[in-house]
Amino acid sequence: MSAKRQVHLAAHFPGVNNTTIWSDDRAESQIAFSSFEHFARNAERGLFDYLFLAEGLRLREQKGRIHDLDVVGRPNTLAVLAALAGVTEHIGLVGTLQTTFNEPLELAKQLATLDHLTDGRAGWNVVTSSDAFHGANFRRGGFLDHADRYTRAAEFIELSRELWDSWESDAVVASAVFADRSRIRDVDHHGPQFDVTGTFPVPRSPQGHPVVVQAGDSDEGRDLAAAHAEVIFSLHTEFEDAKSYYDDITARLERVGRSKDELHILPASTFVLGDTAADAAERARAIQRAQVSPATAIAFLEQVWNRDLSGYDVDGPLPDVEPDLEGAAITRGRARHTRDVPALVRSWRDRAEAEHLSIRELVIAVSTRGGFVGTPSHIAAEIDRYVQERATDGFVVVPHTNPYGLDEFVDTVVPLLQERGVYRESYTEGATLRETLGLPGTIRDRRGVLA
Amino acid sequence: MPDRITLVTALQGAGWHPAAWRTAGPAAQRLTSLRHWRDVVVEQDRLGVDAVTIEDSFTAGPMDAAGDLDTSTVVGRLDALLVANAVAPATRALGLVPTVSVTHTEPFHVATGLQTLDHVSQGRAGWRIQVSPTPREAALFGRRPGGDEASVLFDEAREVAEVVSRLWDSWDDDAIIRDVTTGRFIDRDRIHNAEFAGSFVSVHGASIVPRSPQGRPPVVSLAHRADAAAFAVDAADVVLVTPGYDGREARDLLDEVRHLEQVAGSDVRRPVLADLAVLIGSSSAAAADALASLDTAAGAPYASTSDTSVLATTVPELVTLIGDLRDLGFAGVRLRPLRIPLDSTAIARELVPALVTAGLRADVASRPTADLRTRLGIAPAVSRYASASAPVEVPA
Repeated sequence: MSAKRQVHLAAHFPGVNNTTIWSDDRAESQIAFSSFEHFARNAERGLFDYLFLAEGLRLREQKGRIHDLDVVGRPNTLAVLAALAGVTEHIGLVGTLQTTFNEPLELAKQLATLDHLTDGRAGWNVVTSSDAFHGANFRRGGFLDHADRYTRAAEFIELSRELWDSWESDAVVASAVFADRSRIRDVDHHGPQFDVTGTFPVPRSPQGHPVVVQAGDSDEGRDLAAAHAEVIFSLHTEFEDAKSYYDDITARLERVGRSKDELHILPASTFVLGDTAADAAERARAIQRAQVSPATAIAFLEQVWNRDLSGYDVDGPLPDVEPDLEGAAITRGRARHTRDVPALVRSWRDRAEAEHLSIRELVIAVSTRGGFVGTPSHIAAEIDRYVQERATDGFVVVPHTNPYGLDEFVDTVVPLLQERGVYRESYTEGATLRETLGLPGTIRDRRGVLA
Repeated sequence: MPDRITLVTALQGAGWHPAAWRTAGPAAQRLTSLRHWRDVVVEQDRLGVDAVTIEDSFTAGPMDAAGDLDTSTVVGRLDALLVANAVAPATRALGLVPTVSVTHTEPFHVATGLQTLDHVSQGRAGWRIQVSPTPREAALFGRRPGGDEASVLFDEAREVAEVVSRLWDSWDDDAIIRDVTTGRFIDRDRIHNAEFAGSFVSVHGASIVPRSPQGRPPVVSLAHRADAAAFAVDAADVVLVTPGYDGREARDLLDEVRHLEQVAGSDVRRPVLADLAVLIGSSSAAAADALASLDTAAGAPYASTSDTSVLATTVPELVTLIGDLRDLGFAGVRLRPLRIPLDSTAIARELVPALVTAGLRADVASRPTADLRTRLGIAPAVSRYASASAPVEVPA
């Protein structure tokens, strides 16, 4: 038995930002089910722990119009994951689902359904939001005070778990009666955010609770994750940064009486492969140019300058006008990049001048995330190092193209991880997602909430 | 008049009879598994049924006389929309029509969930629209007191149907352009915000989902009462009526729908399906015996609580009944099998070929594959934003 820590990998379905290169010759429909099916089957071939899918609740806008430069349009998260349940056998299916624009009873019902349909492979990436922009598509509008986002999320998760626990696993007896009423507990929840009373409609699912994933990076987000999550989808990929994040979360877990063994940290990262280091670097440059088209470069600067820059030449110097700090944000539907805009603009101007960068070159330099670039053996060694040295427990692999962007990683990196003895050779037959992740029982079981 | 009969099977739990699970054997323990649903649905698909509906509710099950959950019958269920999506990849031609309630669910989620089903099934999605009238359901959400008048719930449902329809139309067919020269993935002039502000719901933006194969999946509504019939004519493409319920005749129910269409100023004659609960036996006597024994097990005759006629019948009798309904002007039937899989299997394996022999349906092999609208005899959905400047043939 190997003493080495095992690598956990998740596969991120290519999203609706400029990481995804839609102009690639082999890029296929972002909405056809065949794309999802190929992606999921391939991730399953690569023995990934789970497939990860983001959620859209409103089309992004820039300058008051729908942002048109990146992939636009995606499916309903739960519906497409349910369809993937029908074409996969082992891989976990994890979806991002809002706590703000959903109600606990309904979402808990849907997640329990997904867990039944997958025989225990469902997961929920909990996100919060409170903005009126997304709220405009929903009954209650932007009802939630920004400060209450995490309060609502925490109560939502707790209440969902209460609902999932309300049926005992042996409640359906199908003998003299269909179900034993004494094994179905009615829920009577009254809290600041929710008043929910009655019988939950779904019998206990194979995992009891779908696995809870959390991506919050703020102080509150980290506390929420430490208290409630089983996996953190993080953004910290640079080694030292990843390591200090890991230590921070470990300390927060201890403060709430949990151990690090109860939670995995998986940062999202891109991987550019090549036969040689030089080949990989060349491919990375080509990918960056494809990600930052001339129009995308201008749009990117506009988000920071908060004004129309369409008159500027992307191959020329940075705009000489100053950013608009007063006006309403021209970009909506995604988080703003920075709080201190003047300082950011100053640093970009200094850098562009020092390195003789055009607008497009500067945007490539500052906007394309590092990620991993190299030969398969270099990348396998790096992944192994991060995990053995406890900077992460693995990665969420973010491909550049849909749906074939993961294939090369599966073909070349996965076998090398297996050779290193840090990655599974096969799935365990019938394993739930929580078992595949190597996590202990549900949080409530461990707290002894159930009698 | 339809040239062939539409046949829809209504799926729920172990069947529509409260005691049906007692005939299901070990399958009664597996009603929440994908395997159960796939087995039942694939059989309907392979043997040529037009569509299945899948029931849903936010309640765990019916109430007993004491007002508590009645665990002598099936309790607990899966979300119908997700079940439909999960079985879609295993089916080829079958329409998949989940029940999705509008009373508590966000219209935006309703719209995108059904669009996704339409993408996954390549044009075979439908929507059984329903309201959730009970205080029990309202208490599970805790957002509104519950006990709203039916007329209020239907008015709200009209708004939701309208906003969902707008969201379904919000992307033109050709909105995705992938124009590498200008760097534009979409032509944003071809995406339209819903901009709907009603008394109950409002949605500002466009759908997150590109236009689905059918554009607007067909909407199916149950008209077992006069107010429900008026709603169905306003909101649905296909109307289900319940002959024999409340002493009403099939002919009168059909006339009522046609009258309501006229009142509503609609020039569309919606396909009307007779919605009937059936137990299919090898003989009338065998069917009657089987129903009697189920009724005994349940402690009450199912016919006394069902909202439609409960028929203990045979395949030949059903063929005759369906032929008569067609002669009256019905487009077809939705059959609620009292026992699943016993009666759903009989529908697929025995009734379908018998209808072919009787000339009421085309043989599966000779039937072209089509989207659900086409199969139901509904015109293609033309977007409300379809350009008036589209090329028009000018007669010479």
